Amino acid sequence: MLHPEMVGAEDTQAIYRDGHRLDHAEGASKPLRSRPEPQPRGAKVHGNRPIDQAEAAARFIASPEHEKMHDERLWDLRQKRDREMHHIPEWEELRSLASAIKEHTLTHLDEYLDQFEARARANGIHVHWARDAAEHNRIVHGILKDHGAKSLIKSKSMLTEECGFRPYMASAGIEVIETDLGERIQQLDKEDPSHVVVPAVHKLRTDVAKVFADTIGTDPDNSDVHYLAEAQREATRPLILAADAGMTGGNFVVAETGTFVVCTNEGNADLSGNVPKLHIASIGIEKIIPRLEHLAVFVRLLSRSALGSPMTQYTSHFRSPRKGGEMHVVLVDNGRSERLGLEEFWTSLKCIRCGACMNTCPVYRRSGGLSYGATYSGPIGLIIDPTFNARKYSNLPFASSLNGSCTNVCPVKINIHEQIYAWRRELVKRHDVPLVKKAAMKAAGELLSRPAAYRVAIASADVALAHLPRFVIYNGLDAWGKHREVPHPPKQTFHNWYKANRGGEQ
Amino acid sequence: MTSRDDILESIRANLPRVDRPVPHVPMFDEDPPASLLSAFKDSLERMGGIFLAPPASGDVLAPVRVKIAGAKVVCSTVPELSGSRDIATVGATQELADVDFAIVRASFAVAETGSVLLSETDLNINALAYLAQHLIVLLDPADIVVNLHHAYRRPEFRERHYASFHTGPSATADIEGVLIHGAQGVRSLSVLPIPRNHQPQPTSPQEKKHD
Repeated sequence: MLHPEMVGAEDTQAIYRDGHRLDHAEGASKPLRSRPEPQPRGAKVHGNRPIDQAEAAARFIASPEHEKMHDERLWDLRQKRDREMHHIPEWEELRSLASAIKEHTLTHLDEYLDQFEARARANGIHVHWARDAAEHNRIVHGILKDHGAKSLIKSKSMLTEECGFRPYMASAGIEVIETDLGERIQQLDKEDPSHVVVPAVHKLRTDVAKVFADTIGTDPDNSDVHYLAEAQREATRPLILAADAGMTGGNFVVAETGTFVVCTNEGNADLSGNVPKLHIASIGIEKIIPRLEHLAVFVRLLSRSALGSPMTQYTSHFRSPRKGGEMHVVLVDNGRSERLGLEEFWTSLKCIRCGACMNTCPVYRRSGGLSYGATYSGPIGLIIDPTFNARKYSNLPFASSLNGSCTNVCPVKINIHEQIYAWRRELVKRHDVPLVKKAAMKAAGELLSRPAAYRVAIASADVALAHLPRFVIYNGLDAWGKHREVPHPPKQTFHNWYKANRGGEQ
Repeated sequence: MTSRDDILESIRANLPRVDRPVPHVPMFDEDPPASLLSAFKDSLERMGGIFLAPPASGDVLAPVRVKIAGAKVVCSTVPELSGSRDIATVGATQELADVDFAIVRASFAVAETGSVLLSETDLNINALAYLAQHLIVLLDPADIVVNLHHAYRRPEFRERHYASFHTGPSATADIEGVLIHGAQGVRSLSVLPIPRNHQPQPTSPQEKKHD
């Protein structure tokens, strides 16, 4: 699987201890000798028009350095996840438990939210409820206004991305500073995160060097990763010390104790939650679990699934405000309660945002997260995004080979590939599928339902494939040939072979 | 109608009509390691932490003294060592920004993951463990539990305002997968095993005792 160019790549920056290379945290893949190549940008977004994922993916693939690094890096994380899985004899039992706990909680969601709210209030936390993104942003703005807060340090949170929080705050005149290195890179580059765990994974070190040279004044010719990370640390620290408020998300919420849990590798959530006096946490209502004993199951699964490390460097439990501090939790629905009612799709709410499905997905690894043009990319995005906007994200469920690898690695056992398939059917029913794709699928459907016609078609297609010139096969009307080589036709169909060799034996 | 009631009503209207009982979670502790301390050490080192081996005899704190010897600002919350800045005199959290070494004691540790738990009673000011450049943690070997299932049975999660598992130093690999220690928080985390009731050793060689 290793690209030949990567084998033997110089590895001078790796950290060693007692002769052993350390590869905890966010996976240390082999550094590339990157050649200058401009970073391909993500999908073009035009209001509600369907995102053309394939077009953006084609541009990503046309940038071989980026495509190669992205593919290798994520596959490296996938392999580390496998290694960790084999360390834990009860791995499959943990997955079943996690799935069962989440399904229990989701089918009693109202009770557990109620319980959490009561406990958190008793512990001195202010609890708010937001129906949608706009209400979330208004509530947080209100809290900041009440405190005269003008600057906010923030730990990475997909929910706030979903809510368009940063642009909202920019228009309200409040400075938001991301404290996760990857998210900070994306913020400075005015891009969205491309992955739920490693937001800048699609960038080469030369891309980061360019962003930092333009924004924090580093040497544009120096793309040494240690130099870049250190420069960012020095540039961000004064902003952290001067911030008026801190914001985090929440990976898990424990109803029993009124606790929310934040997992990071940089300790940046702890800086955001512990340096300024005011701490605001934005949390999706599906993040709740009943009791502390359940938390153990998820903490054991999360980082092992995400990065192949036994645990995030920091797993922090906030139960009440610290002395002299103030703590707010905003519980956000934003379509989640409605998704709960979708018979085929409600279990997508079990997702703990580990990104394992992205790391294993061949389409994601080769097309980059930004090609999806949505907050959530990769396999989980394919089944969540259409619930936000079925028209805008109508192409996404087709960005899958349906190989089922996503389902196999999911720590909470979401049947991801089956839901992707279910969305295809649903979108065809809703007429939200592009015309060419629809016509092709309709024709295929008719053909597949008539065995005799199918046999004739296959035989003649094989003959045609073997003899037709490329321009006939690879044109705009053949969606299959657009992004892949059509397979070499066999000399004989299986059906004919069977008839000739085995047909008479019974 | 308030947003709260609206959301809860929408949830109740959409609750899947399936029966999903709450599962029982086992402790997964049938096969514990022979030594919790050495299992902890191995896990800690894998996660980039430094295990300080106390000398067999003499000053148990010597490895810490060596580490902090050249430091300008040392802030300690433990009675075993005094730093150059008294945490009791620190007002705003931001005053901790120039601390070179922070020395604290962990509430307990987890062998499975190499984590130490630090809470507001261990830190005095939570930000100490993130604004300092380096963190040194004292750990009583008697305070190590086998895995996270045991860890979450501990009272800290019901009693403390804030409790954080530290598993190695602040780390990132956000740029091309290259591992960096000290992305935002501490650049290193060292753990020294030393019992809570440890008495300073007499200095004369004939009175030396082994721990």
